[in-house]
Amino acid sequence: MHFTLRIWRQKNAQDQGHFETYEVHDISPDASFLEMLDVLNERLLKEGKDPVAFDHDCREGICGSCGIFINGRAHGPLRNITTCRLYMRHFQDGETITIEPFRAKPFPVIKDLVVDRSALDRIIQRGGYISVNAGSAPDANAIPIPKPAADRAFDYATCIGCGACVAACKNASAMLFTAAKVSHLALLPQGQPERRERVKQMVMQMDMEGFGHCSNTGACAVECPAKIPLTAIAQLQRDYIWANLTPDPYTR
Amino acid sequence: MSDVLTAPSPITTSPLSWREAGLLEQNRCPSGDLEKRWTRHKDNLRLVAPHNKRKLEVIVVGAGLAGASAAATLGELGYRVKVFVYHNSPRRAHSIAAQGGINAAKNYRNDGDSIWRLFYDTIKGGDFRARESNVYRLAEVSVKIIDHCVAQGIPFAREYGGYLDTRSFGGAQLMRTFYARGQTGQQLLLGAYAALQRQVAQGNVQVFYNYDVLDIVVEEGKARGIIARNLITGELHRVAAHAVVLGTGGYGNAYYLSTNAKLSNATAIWRAHRRGAYFGNPSFVQIHPTCIPQSGDYQSKLTLMSESLRNDGRVWVPRTPGDKRPPQSIPESERWYYLEEWYPSFGNLVPRDIASRAAKRVCDMGYGVGPTGRAVYLDFSDAIKRWGREVIYQRYGNLFEMYEEITGESPWEVPMRIYPAVHYTMGGLWVDYNLMTTVEGLYAIGEANFSDHGANRLGASALMQGLADGYFILPYTIGDYLASQLFVKLSTDTTAFAETERQTQDRINRLLSAKGTHTVDEFHRELGKVLWDTCGLARNAQGLSQAYSEIRNLRERFWREVAVPGSGAEFNQNLEKALRVADFLELGELMVIDAYHREESCGCHLREEYQTEEGEALRNDDKYAYVAAWEWGGENEPPILHKEPLKFEFVKPSVRSYK
Repeated sequence: MHFTLRIWRQKNAQDQGHFETYEVHDISPDASFLEMLDVLNERLLKEGKDPVAFDHDCREGICGSCGIFINGRAHGPLRNITTCRLYMRHFQDGETITIEPFRAKPFPVIKDLVVDRSALDRIIQRGGYISVNAGSAPDANAIPIPKPAADRAFDYATCIGCGACVAACKNASAMLFTAAKVSHLALLPQGQPERRERVKQMVMQMDMEGFGHCSNTGACAVECPAKIPLTAIAQLQRDYIWANLTPDPYTR
Repeated sequence: MSDVLTAPSPITTSPLSWREAGLLEQNRCPSGDLEKRWTRHKDNLRLVAPHNKRKLEVIVVGAGLAGASAAATLGELGYRVKVFVYHNSPRRAHSIAAQGGINAAKNYRNDGDSIWRLFYDTIKGGDFRARESNVYRLAEVSVKIIDHCVAQGIPFAREYGGYLDTRSFGGAQLMRTFYARGQTGQQLLLGAYAALQRQVAQGNVQVFYNYDVLDIVVEEGKARGIIARNLITGELHRVAAHAVVLGTGGYGNAYYLSTNAKLSNATAIWRAHRRGAYFGNPSFVQIHPTCIPQSGDYQSKLTLMSESLRNDGRVWVPRTPGDKRPPQSIPESERWYYLEEWYPSFGNLVPRDIASRAAKRVCDMGYGVGPTGRAVYLDFSDAIKRWGREVIYQRYGNLFEMYEEITGESPWEVPMRIYPAVHYTMGGLWVDYNLMTTVEGLYAIGEANFSDHGANRLGASALMQGLADGYFILPYTIGDYLASQLFVKLSTDTTAFAETERQTQDRINRLLSAKGTHTVDEFHRELGKVLWDTCGLARNAQGLSQAYSEIRNLRERFWREVAVPGSGAEFNQNLEKALRVADFLELGELMVIDAYHREESCGCHLREEYQTEEGEALRNDDKYAYVAAWEWGGENEPPILHKEPLKFEFVKPSVRSYK
């Protein structure tokens, strides 16, 4: 297959950035999108040119490293998939493909297609955990958890932290990301002691990082490779209202 | 910069050789009753008081299961911890891709499991090439891991009563594997990551993102810090600490094509090796039986399909070699379920090394399927009939989807095609019972060390070992060393730091100034091919000695002909790769020497000269019941072999039979 690639090139955070056009030939339809970029980079290197920088690692859709805005969509034209699991057979032969980094104010560009997503880690630091030290846990079967609760918690816990939800959102909101963690822990008995503080603190950090507000368009869930459902956001909203408007029985 | 550029040392071609040193008997393993060893050992370790822990700095390199769990736990204890990761977040390490599960001797199934049985299965699975003391301890702490992970909120699979579900796994006749659908590694890693973030919030741990650790600084025989390169700015940094912990994973990427993540590399452990840490059993590389076969030259990695699939999938090939009919139209009577036939008591659940070799054997015999003839079927039709789609979806839904995305074929309709691929390295830095390498104050945990899996790792045991080391072993043993470091003043303004930094800069400059015409990946692919052909599923003396000189030549060409454009003072992903491949080239040589020297077959290591008539591994316990711990011999000098004898006081090494 043959493609014309319009790729965003930006030397560093200070650079303005611009599109450059490249042609690639003889690409196998079974090559992944990143393998297609590998082929381009091999050629650029042989020509002594600067290869296109992009994030990647596991190349099986779970590490959350890769994230490219392809033809105007986070992770490309398919729903619910990472860039590394997008195959060239999903494109038309001869197609022009526009390739950009994930764009959001809290995700500054480092180089070309690489952005800084550490804001997501700082949201987790505000309470995306259960405070338990190694060594203090009771027997694992001491607390039975209904299977449906465990299964739903699992669905929320599968977030890979790629930031596609932010890139897909017109407001660059990190609501789906934050809600996934809030909902995962809200459904489990172990998550209850810190439930109120968790949702308040994580939402506060999300706002401080400069992520936008959620207007419930659902664009995030369409692109989310982990298929985090929008019910996560509903759960976060309920918890947030509850935590802020009802009195905490344990504080005076 | 040219003033620090030394002439590249010529790589002399010499035949494959090594020197032998005496026995290595100082491994700090306790003696006495096996069940009491770890408890008694813990009671004898020195302690550090809480107010003193705050004065001690520990560097942790890597934030996979082992690194993140160790860093979080050391933070909880009150040490000052600095974590270095080359990723853009500590949640991205390749532990995240582990699918199947984690073993623990909980006996929740009431099926007769016990610490002893997990210990025995693990040591037998490793073909009697691991230490009894270490493996027993691993089985012992396995139960605490599950408790801790459940307390962290990890959503393990449960039964309708609300209690934890388990499943069976290769190499065991019990159901002791806990799992979270097909994403157990992800859930466990995110648990450790969350614990780490909590420590970051509390100010006990600092995480440095986008830093590649390029060397270890050793002063007066003790690990004193690291040289790390900021991947964004290209700057080299000196960081000092009272102890350094390497949780940097395995080196399977030496083979270029493997199931490892693209960035996984051996640089930190290889540099540590060159600074005095012995390397244990470097040729012990696990080749995983259930991976998606290679489809083209552009391919950048191989994707694993969890071994748990073998619980319900049946492996077969057509009874007629070269049968090109679609699998669905091959009647039952013309299918050869070779694993069930050859190994009736374990069937499709034989350990990984055996399943991998069996697949190679049937393909070599001409029974392979698919366009390349290098694949076998993994068929779910019987399981779907027996359990229904819903149950199978619950168990393997995401794996089926992943397979379909990659291959364009649906496992609901046609059997999967699978073939073995490099997956895990049992070899790694040699460590004593305290997980300390031969460099004092330098620790290796998780896949980075060699310790627990012998010559073959059982499925669902890597997660167990990574978390055992990080949550429950290292936090105790490191205190014993740190207690002696309380009054050490840290400084990076020393000759050792300056010299190590200069050597690192020198390496970078040499790569940038080679200005050759071949890309890093071209060299890496070539190395991978040599290793896969000669040091992969089957090995022999002739192939290995030839591989040795090929790798030497390749290394020599690499430093002359590699193309690394750009500068060292910027974000340069190709330079990062070049530094890693340079180290893989050196490590590849040692892997080949180790495979050559071990004139027996054991576990993953099948020497064609030493096998039974049926093609099973033929161990030689009289000569090779030892750990090969290799010492760096110097540039262009042969490595030095230290043998750590393996004493079996509680189990009797037997011929491993899964028939």
